[in-house]
Order: sequence, then structure tokens, then C-alpha cells
Amino acid sequence: MDNIITIENLIFEYNKGDESHPVRAIDNLNLQVERGSFTAIIGKNGSGKSTLAKNLNGLLLPTEGVIHVDGYDTRDDDNIWNIRQTAGMVFQNPDNQLVSAIVEDDVAFGPENLGIDPAEIRRRVDKALKDVNMGQFKKKAPHLLSGGQKQRIAIAGVVAMKPKCIIFDEPTAMLDPKGRAEIMSIIDELHAEGITVILITHFMDEAVRADRVIIMHEGRILLDGTPQKVFEQEELIRSVNLDVPLMVEMGAKLRKAGIDIPQSIITEEEMVEYICQYE
Amino acid sequence: MIRDITIGQFFPGDSVIHRLDPRVKIIATLLFIIELFIVDNFLGFAIAALCLGVVINVSKVPLGYIVRGLKPIIIILLFTFTLNMFMIDGHVIWKWGFLELTEEGLRTAVFMAVRLILLIIGSSMLTLCTRPLSLTDGIERLLSPFKKIGVPAHEIAMMMTIALRFIPTLLEETDKIMKAQQARGADFETGNLIHRAKSLIPILVPLFVSAFRIAQDLAMAMEARCYRGGENRTRMNEMKLKKRDYTALVLLTMFLAVIITESKLF
Ligand SMILES: Nc1ncnc2c1ncn2[C@@H]1O[C@H](COP(=O)(O)OP(=O)(O)OP(=O)(O)O)[C@@H](O)[C@H]1O
Ligand SMILES: [Mg+2]
Repeated sequence: MDNIITIENLIFEYNKGDESHPVRAIDNLNLQVERGSFTAIIGKNGSGKSTLAKNLNGLLLPTEGVIHVDGYDTRDDDNIWNIRQTAGMVFQNPDNQLVSAIVEDDVAFGPENLGIDPAEIRRRVDKALKDVNMGQFKKKAPHLLSGGQKQRIAIAGVVAMKPKCIIFDEPTAMLDPKGRAEIMSIIDELHAEGITVILITHFMDEAVRADRVIIMHEGRILLDGTPQKVFEQEELIRSVNLDVPLMVEMGAKLRKAGIDIPQSIITEEEMVEYICQYE
Repeated sequence: MIRDITIGQFFPGDSVIHRLDPRVKIIATLLFIIELFIVDNFLGFAIAALCLGVVINVSKVPLGYIVRGLKPIIIILLFTFTLNMFMIDGHVIWKWGFLELTEEGLRTAVFMAVRLILLIIGSSMLTLCTRPLSLTDGIERLLSPFKKIGVPAHEIAMMMTIALRFIPTLLEETDKIMKAQQARGADFETGNLIHRAKSLIPILVPLFVSAFRIAQDLAMAMEARCYRGGENRTRMNEMKLKKRDYTALVLLTMFLAVIITESKLF
């Protein structure tokens, strides 16, 4: 198996000013992410998801343990720019990650930092904006756009750097349902183009779109597997105060009521298809 | 209400002036300002005003719009005018109590007022006809030769870029905070000065908190996008002088020559 990310015995501690009482945000975590896969990470507030994400591109460095991204060790200073280009990151707040007052200049920011030739930057910017359907907004000012549109610009800014992997840290948390749907379909497209996607989210219906779901709890991995396998463990998931996808809940209720719904059904489409065969 | 504030107003347009290289425009503006201080006779001011008039005409920015920009400085203008009029010794033409209006005083006062008006209009033409971001780029490029002596050209430009990006965001934030406070019965409009200043504290504190949060988030996002200062950085929009820029530079040199000769002759 070809892994783009390997994490071995990762421990991460925040020092809140005093060294004697560090906060352990990640506690001995091991993880491999396969190249080209789509992984969703869920977990309640403070379970260490964002800390893990920031460790993946060297924004934070391991307290203990080793992380390799596309073969580069994140602790090695010489690799840091390669790592950040390989693993791009989209953050939660669409307002606080755009640098320039003109959309296309913002998308150019990453490639400019990489020292790419101006003509090539222009090509990449146009292509990236087209990929996120924001081509017609390229001369606009970000503060005049909706949250979803701003988030699409942020994605274009990462895509223009040609990363192999993109880590999304709750990209839809501040968006309305329409904005969320747009961002999710762009994420699906990027995955289809071969980019490795890691999606941190609070929304279960977003997690079921992934190939693999990881549930984090107190800095450790609680569950890891295909969405079907993970969401079968309904009781364990509920015991750490997380919800399960609506269809999993509905399936469980229908089973209790005597209707035989297979546990593998987790999305709305699957449910509709299954129920319709009863006609 | 707060959104009506326009900072470094830009008047969108597609005139030759708008399309000139920002570096040329910055240099032209600086030279124009220097020239205003060389000139000290009527003809010189007339030439400068005429040239500025031509530039305004070509730029297609309405004169009324430009003149409105003078409003905030009217008081300063009147103040310096009066001061100059009465404070300079010379041939007395009018006297009232201890106030003596002199010929030289009147002359200096008029010239200083004209100089200030031309200066304000001239420099506002720069911001009216140049996109703020082009201006930043132009400043960065013009300052970059001075990097060797420690001028942080890139950093200055990046700070201005970020300021331009976040001024609207912070204004929105202020608006939001004010509305939230007003909804809870806060009153920003009545009371004496001290009372009103005090009522601003509940706005400023959350505003600062959110500015710091934005700064932290943005710094992290910039790092994630491989930002590492100005070194080895390329730009998507390269600045290249075009034919119109050279024409402008030639015209500028001619203007400079005329002004210098004129002030030597008279
Ligand atoms: N900068 C910091 N300094 C100190 N402690 C921090 C810092 N950032 C996070 N922590 C702590 O680390 C733990 C994990 O935080 P993290 O932000 O990774 O959680 P999360 O899973 O992303 O939560 P959320 O769902 O709220 O985004 C929490 O206990 C948090 O309080
Ligand atoms: Mg988080």
C-alpha cells in the first residue's frame, strides 16, 4: 500500500506558558493515510482534530513521535516548504485566511510564495478559479462575497499550489446549507482528480461520503474503518457524545420496529433505494 | 453609517491615467509636490494648475468629486491663510488694532493656500486613479533598491495589502458589535464627551479581541501557504513600463524643466 502520510506514536503537548503542566492534545497516535484516499475525521470539541491537522504540514511539530508526509519528515527544517506544498490546508473561518483584497491576487499568493514563473502562476490561477466555479469573480473583493464563495476562493488558493493532499479543517462549519453543499461537491471533485483528501468535520452526513472514517476521542483514535464499519458501532459512538448519521439512526429505529434494514445503509440514497424495493 | 467611510478612495475608470504604471504615477506625484515648493510666482502656479487640470480632464474623474475631497482641510486652509496674512512683516496696506495686513503677507497667504490646494488635489489624483493594490505594488518596487540599506520594502507592502484586505472586515465587525450593544440598550450618541468616550470601551475591547484572533488565524493560513517573506517570491502581475509610461515620463521631465526655468527667469 502506498501511503502519503504515516504517523508513528505521535504525542503533541501544548505548553500553556508553564512547562510543568502541558496540555496533551494528541496521545500516542498511529495512522497511515493512503495516497488518493478520502478520509473523514470526526470527534467532539477538543478531541485534538485541529492539532492533528496542524501537525500534518509542520505548522506544529511533534512533541514525540514521527510524521512523514510524502516521504519527508516534518521535523526536518529543509523539507518544511515541500511538505506545506504537498499538504495544503483549508481552515474553518473563510474570512481569516484570505490575504488580498482582490480574489485572483489571493489565489496567486501561494504560487508566488513558491517562486513560480509569472506566466505559469497566471495559468494556475485561472484554472484553479475555474475548478471552484469562481472564474467570473476574479477581480472582486473578497469581503463582497458570501461565506461559501470565500471558502471556494480559499480552496482555489490551495489548489493553485498543486498539492498532493488537502486537509480541510471544518471548512463548512460557518456556512449555510447551500454553501456547505457547494464546498462538499468541490471536495468530491478534487478527490476524483486524484488528490488525497482529509476532511475534519462535525457533520455526519459529510463523513459518510468518505472512504474511511476516523473517530477521535481525547487525542486518540477511537474508531477507524469504512463508514459502514464505523457507524455500525452506534452505541460506542454515542457513548462519547457524538451523533451518528441520520440514516444510521433511522435504520436502527426501523430495525427495532421489525423492519429488516441492513446495517450497511448509511446514506440517504442507499436508504431510499432499499426502501423502494418493498413496493 | 460606518461603511460610508472611504479610505484612499479609488475612482474606477479606464483612462490612460488609470492605466499608467503605478511607479510612474508615484514619481510624478512626488515631483509635482516638490515643484509646488520650488514655485513662488503667479505664472508658475498657473502652469502647475494647468497641467493638473489636463491630467484631471484626461482621467475623467469629475471635478466635483475631487473638490469634495478638500472639505476636511478647509479649516486648516483658513487657519494658515489668516496666520500668513497677518504675521509677515512688510509694507502695511491695512491696519486694525495690533493686526497689520502686509502686502508680502497677503502674497504669501494666497500662494500658500494655492500650494496646499494643488498639493491635496495632486496627491488625491494618485489614489483616485490607482487601485490601492497597484499602489502597494508600486511602492514595494520603488523601495526595493533601498532594501540593501535596511528598508523593509516587502514587509511595508505586505502590511498595506493586509490592511486593505481587512479594513472592510473590521468595519463590518465594528458595525456588528455596535448593533449588538445598541440592542442591549447602549447609547453612543448622547451625553457629554467623556460619557461618549466611555461608551466606546465596550466596542473597542471586543474589536481588539477579534483583531488579534484574525491576526493569529491569518498568520497561520499564510504560513500554511508557504509564505516566508519577500525572498525568492515572484509576482503574478509583473510590472513592465509600456509606451504610454515612457510618454508620461517624457512629459513629466518637460514639465519639470519648464517649472525650473520659469522660477529661475522670474
Ligand atoms: N494554542 C493552544 N494552546 C493550548 N492548548 C490548546 C491550544 N490549541 C488547542 N489546545 C487544547 O488542545 C486540545 C485539542 O484541541 P484541538 O483544537 O485540536 O481540538 P479540536 O478537535 O480541533 O476541537 P474543535 O472541534 O473545537 O475544533 C484541547 O484541549 C484544547 O484546549
Ligand atoms: Mg478544530
